[in-house]
Amino acid sequence: MTNPSTTPKPLVLVVDDYQDAREMYAEYLEFSGFRVAEAKNGQEALDKAFELRPDIILMDLSLPIIDGWEATRRLKSDDRTSTIPVVALTGHAMTGQSDEAKGAGCDSFVTKPCLPDALVDEVRRVLATRGGSRPG
Amino acid sequence: MASPVPLSTPTAPAVEARLALAEQLLACDAARPCAEAVVEWLAHHVQAGASACLVREEHGERLRCLAARGLSESQCAALALTPEGDGHPLVEVLAHAAPRYFPGPRPPLPALGSGGWFAVPLGRPGAPPVGLLLLAMNGAVLPREVAWAAAHAGPTLARLVPPAPVAQREVAGNGLLRRIIDAVADPVLLTDQAGRPRIANARAEVLLVSGPDASEGRRRAVELNRQVFATALASASSAEGASRSSGFRRREVPLVDPVEGMDLLFELLSTQVLETDGQVAVVSVLRNVTDLGRATQALGESYRRLRATEREARSERHRLDRVLDSVADPIILSDPSGGTVMMNDPAEKLFALPLDGNQAARGRVHTNDATFSSFLANLVDAGGSLRWRGQLSLVDPATGATIPVEAVASKVLGDNGELTGIVTLFHDRTEALEKARLLERVKDVSSHLEARVQMATAELAEQNEKLRRQAIQLEQASAAKSQFLANMSHEFRTPLNAILGYTNMLLQGVSGELTPAQKRNLTRIDSNGRHLLEVINEILDITRIEAGRMPLHLSDFGIPELLQEVVAELDPIIARSRLAVSTELGARLPAVHSDRQKVKQIVLNLLSNALKFTHEGSVTVRADYVTATSTLTISVTDTGIGIDPVYQEKIFEDFQQVDSSPTRAYGGTGLGLSICRRLATMLGGRVTLQSVPGRGSTFTLHFPRRARRA
Repeated sequence: MTNPSTTPKPLVLVVDDYQDAREMYAEYLEFSGFRVAEAKNGQEALDKAFELRPDIILMDLSLPIIDGWEATRRLKSDDRTSTIPVVALTGHAMTGQSDEAKGAGCDSFVTKPCLPDALVDEVRRVLATRGGSRPG
Repeated sequence: MASPVPLSTPTAPAVEARLALAEQLLACDAARPCAEAVVEWLAHHVQAGASACLVREEHGERLRCLAARGLSESQCAALALTPEGDGHPLVEVLAHAAPRYFPGPRPPLPALGSGGWFAVPLGRPGAPPVGLLLLAMNGAVLPREVAWAAAHAGPTLARLVPPAPVAQREVAGNGLLRRIIDAVADPVLLTDQAGRPRIANARAEVLLVSGPDASEGRRRAVELNRQVFATALASASSAEGASRSSGFRRREVPLVDPVEGMDLLFELLSTQVLETDGQVAVVSVLRNVTDLGRATQALGESYRRLRATEREARSERHRLDRVLDSVADPIILSDPSGGTVMMNDPAEKLFALPLDGNQAARGRVHTNDATFSSFLANLVDAGGSLRWRGQLSLVDPATGATIPVEAVASKVLGDNGELTGIVTLFHDRTEALEKARLLERVKDVSSHLEARVQMATAELAEQNEKLRRQAIQLEQASAAKSQFLANMSHEFRTPLNAILGYTNMLLQGVSGELTPAQKRNLTRIDSNGRHLLEVINEILDITRIEAGRMPLHLSDFGIPELLQEVVAELDPIIARSRLAVSTELGARLPAVHSDRQKVKQIVLNLLSNALKFTHEGSVTVRADYVTATSTLTISVTDTGIGIDPVYQEKIFEDFQQVDSSPTRAYGGTGLGLSICRRLATMLGGRVTLQSVPGRGSTFTLHFPRRARRA
């Protein structure tokens, strides 16, 4: 909003079935200068990703219809979306989930509760390491 | 006048005295000591005015006085005169071989006061007497002791006095003489004084003459016999002078049977005769006394044995009496008809009539007797069985108390199996019955006890089963609890995520500037939300550890960096406190291989506790390496409130703080130290505590440099 940069604002696809959390992260990301698209399940996430080609995807792992791991695997195996970084979000602090998420192709792993500013820091960090390959 | 002599009425014979005389007689080897012994003995045991012992000599027509008492030498000599004619009283006695009493004076018997004389012939029964006993006595009754002495001395004297030799006057002609002497079974020979035979009968030739065709052994035996014979003859003639009057010499001559090789004992009777040519020759008769010698020996031996046996029997009897009396149980020996033969002292107390004539006691003894008699009757009726056992009820004669006894009667059988007696042993069963009664009670009690134990055991088994079911239920409940808590914490965190997130956003001014009051209130929402999150996380940790869903993630890492991170994470709290927080690193801290996240969590927890419970002073975090045990220690020392020793163990338990009251001064779930201890255990280490209340505490984590996967 206040970003006068000539480069377009990075588009973040926020995937979460819990509306309050999804909209909270979306609002804060917009507040922090990102464009935001939202999806409330795995199928919608795949559709939006193929359609919008976001710069980064925040993926909650416990999702209806298609869960986060499956959605990530499909994104990573599709040429159109394979380069888009995926940050996994989970409320299950159980060990093993981060390994599983990485096995599915996730680039980063964040445990909920995760404060909005911490999440934005993580998004920025991932995008920075991916700077060279960023489309646009 | 001679009259048959009646025997005196029996006086009490001193058996010992008789035995003494018998022993003496046995020991005699000559007629004189034998006679002296008899006379001496009679003097002590018979009331006689005078006594003498005479023996026949030479052709049986002379009497010689061997021993006398109460008679002068001349009186003795008168008796010894050769009796002439039938009128001599002693010749009559000898001829009739029976004792006689001469009441009046009968020369040559000396006249002694008013009494008469007893003449008792001496000799073997059935053989002509060899002598006489003379006793001056007042009554016509022959004392028993005299008869006994005569009967015993007679055979002895007969052995020691030579019998009347065979008259040779009628012998006519050598041929006949030869046949006669050959017919004599004893060896008879005529020798010169050196013992060389001139005439020998057949038996003598066997012993003393060997033909030219005799064997070597026989010749030697004969030679030996002749030497022995010559020696005996020589010693006989050398002693000639001492008793020429006797004419006979007797010697015992041990010879050998040259044919059989047997040892023979002969009695040598030798008499010197003048041959027609005027030379002195010796007629010798050898009487075979081998058997007699043996018999004498055997007799002596049997007698000694008899004496020994008698002594033994007497001491045996004594011993038996003492043994029986020493037995505490009553013993009674009965004859086959049931009469009591003897009883020991304990038996007497029950069965002997009391001396003091106590009527009650007498009655009880009679009762006992009757009881015992009927018991014995049973045994006798029992026929073949040797033993009979019965329970009797006797009465103590002294007190009247009933005594239960067990009586065991055994038959005593003779050599031929005939019943000779019955031995009965009584055993007092009072004590045994009492014991049996007690045993019965003990059995009752123990069976009662056993029943109770069985009941208790069954109850216990039931309880165990209940406990086992409860344990299963508890386990299931615990698993359910863990699952529930895991689910709940997730469910808690989802909304909490939104609460904390929106609060965070509001505080950052996402929705516009905030007034100071709004900002303060939002800050409170934020800090309470964070606390809630902390609680939820800790609960989740415990649940995961309990459910075994917290595996180790081992990696190599350095302690200094880890401590730095911990301090940095708590920096906001440290900054708010007024505490001096420092970190100290020991020398040569190695890199460690362990679960970094868990080590960090423990140290984080210990440090935040220290900050929470310390109001002023300092908090020091120090890391060291103990080479000896390859162990790392990270300690957190504070100058806080300290922990009373009473609580030092308790605070490691779940949900425990020193003050668990609702109004406590410090927040927190009380799960932190519990989690620390569990995590340390997973690392193969432990958390220890040293604390002085009011002075401060030191919590130390010890863990191995290289953790092992469990």
